[in-house]
Amino acid sequence: MHFKRLVIAAGIAATTSLSAHAVTEIQWWHSMTAVNNEWVNDLAKEFNDSQKEYKVVPTFKGVYDESMTAAIAAFRSGNAPHILQVFEVGTATMMASKGATVPVGKVMSDAGVSFDPKAYIPAVAGYYTAPNGQMLSFPFNSSTTIFYYNKDAFKKAGLDAEKAPTTWPEVFAAAKKLKESGHSCPMTLAWQGWTQLESFSTWHNVEFASEQNGLSANGYKARLKLNSPLHVKHIDNLAAAAKAGEFVYKGRASTAQASFTAGECAMIQTSSGFYGDVAKNAKFAYGLAPLPYYPDVKGAPQNTVIGGASLWVMSGKKAEEYKGVAKFFEFLSQTKVQAASHQRTGYLPVTMAAYDLTEKSGFYQKNPGTDTAVTQMIRKVTDNSRGIRLGNYVQIRTIEDEELEQVWAGKKTGKEALDSIVSRGNELLARFEKSYKP
Amino acid sequence: MEKRVLFRSKWLPWVLIAPQLLVIGIFFFWPAGQAVLQSFQMEDAFGMSTEWVGLDNFRNLFADPTYLNSFKRTAMFSVLVAGAGIAISLVLAIFADRIVRFAMVYKTLLIVPYAVAPVIAGVLWVFLFSPSIGVVTYYLGKLGYNWNHMMNDNQAMALIVMASVWKQISYNFLFFLAGLQSIPKALIEAASIDGASPWRRFWNIQLPLLSPTTFFLLVINIVYAFFDTFGIIDAATQGGPGQSTSILVYKVYQDGFKALDLGGSAAQSVILMLIVIVLTVVQFRYVEKKVQY
Repeated sequence: MHFKRLVIAAGIAATTSLSAHAVTEIQWWHSMTAVNNEWVNDLAKEFNDSQKEYKVVPTFKGVYDESMTAAIAAFRSGNAPHILQVFEVGTATMMASKGATVPVGKVMSDAGVSFDPKAYIPAVAGYYTAPNGQMLSFPFNSSTTIFYYNKDAFKKAGLDAEKAPTTWPEVFAAAKKLKESGHSCPMTLAWQGWTQLESFSTWHNVEFASEQNGLSANGYKARLKLNSPLHVKHIDNLAAAAKAGEFVYKGRASTAQASFTAGECAMIQTSSGFYGDVAKNAKFAYGLAPLPYYPDVKGAPQNTVIGGASLWVMSGKKAEEYKGVAKFFEFLSQTKVQAASHQRTGYLPVTMAAYDLTEKSGFYQKNPGTDTAVTQMIRKVTDNSRGIRLGNYVQIRTIEDEELEQVWAGKKTGKEALDSIVSRGNELLARFEKSYKP
Repeated sequence: MEKRVLFRSKWLPWVLIAPQLLVIGIFFFWPAGQAVLQSFQMEDAFGMSTEWVGLDNFRNLFADPTYLNSFKRTAMFSVLVAGAGIAISLVLAIFADRIVRFAMVYKTLLIVPYAVAPVIAGVLWVFLFSPSIGVVTYYLGKLGYNWNHMMNDNQAMALIVMASVWKQISYNFLFFLAGLQSIPKALIEAASIDGASPWRRFWNIQLPLLSPTTFFLLVINIVYAFFDTFGIIDAATQGGPGQSTSILVYKVYQDGFKALDLGGSAAQSVILMLIVIVLTVVQFRYVEKKVQY
């Protein structure tokens, strides 16, 4: 069995290395599934067809944390890919692992390819830039959290389908009406830590963690602050909605998304990158809108936090291969490529030029709401809203899930759960600080 | 006359045992040693810098109340998985042993789940019990029972126990069936002639004769519940809701493979290894006394 697999693997390796005589292969490991997987493959194909020297080979290596683990294991045994797509939660880990990656700015300048970090939307570029100003990874599929709603369900409940609820009180009122109209799942949430704690904080301009949410030069010393009265009030409100059956919890990560496209849940807050899926699969009229906010909070709404992923270049490769990587990034940086990607996937147009081009093309008029993610991101940025970049953050996200689930099940109050997230999370941050070598 | 076979050569036994030792050395002692080493270290994910931290990783773990809670949960989970797994497969094996027609078909069907990967098993059960689209959930709802393992601790635990047991039944079944078939027919026939009922035959003859098999399976099933179930849990509940299905091995997997906290995860696996060593010793020392070979 294993032997058979080995033979097959050897066979594949032999055929691929045969074709590698002519061109330099660039391995690209990513985590894009379904419609976004098609998008990634199309990008690689377009680049490969555009020239003869390099061949980008995209490989799906599992969801974000799986592909990162796979790449780390490969790196340790000397077989890392050239390009690795890493989700925003892994950014602090990648930055702390000096020597494992090559900063994108360096890859570009070594290859003599012009690259202007200033062309990127500040909230995006800022997230992937070291305190010394060097851009470390290539912004690829940045997303942010937005609000999706089912217009048909809204109509049925007697709500104004053309006007999305803009504030939390309006959302709760809409959920109530949907419930009364017989909808079994008025509202759900995906990525609850990201949408209800992280984005919620930046959107309301409240501190999520100290040290500018971990983005300052002393970011490794950051500690969580997400148990403020506003946070507590919000989680308690959601808990009350959960008790009334107006908010239905559907599981961790993106699990809840399927219940929106299936028409079961009428409202969802999740990644803008979910747009491609909705556009392709939803059998009902849908609307996209900014996240709701509490109108009594000063400074709200601010901007939402960045999510999605960026492309990191792994160290220890040949100069020729790095040149290929640079050429590929140059291809991806083209405004028309970025604009097309943005329109297709719902991910942010990572440069202003791509946004302008999309606007000029009339895309936003034809597809109302698709500019939501961008307009949410390009507002004025404060220290509380630039982004969130903390060490051991994958574990902290799990803690957030665990504690919030106990609130939804009625076993903890909002305050108890948030206090617990802060104390458990801070222990992990203390460990990160200890292991971090500035 | 000397009955035992004597090997006079000094090196032949070593040569014969060498391949086995080599395999155990490479696939068990080496990684286990590495885990012990790593549990005293703190390391960044890529292995660029390693720091010796002594017992810090262990201290952190035992200062974490959620980790301590996980012991109780793991004990409950493994007792349920091993208990239910052994009981159900024994019943199935007895039935399969008696069947004359189409015996092969039944046996094959019972063995099939073993070929399913743990993650797939988890996903299959999630589809059946999914709060939104599950078939079983739908019919339970019709009966007035609300199933949502995303919110309810006990349901979540029940789900992963069901999935884990289902997957392990085939393995247990094979051993029980082989055990039953190796019981001399003459014993059963003699009992029948003496007028023993099927239940009596089972209780006084077959079960005692199966005790070595049952004991072996007990050890194997406990080890299975401790180590082999993280794929099922990851696919079905991801340790939630809250931490109600986060058993020890799942946290090792989550912290090590997902969160890349290698030192902390290594410390947990060392603790897990010690627990299983102690459990196995206890089983062989005390439970084995009740086994008749």
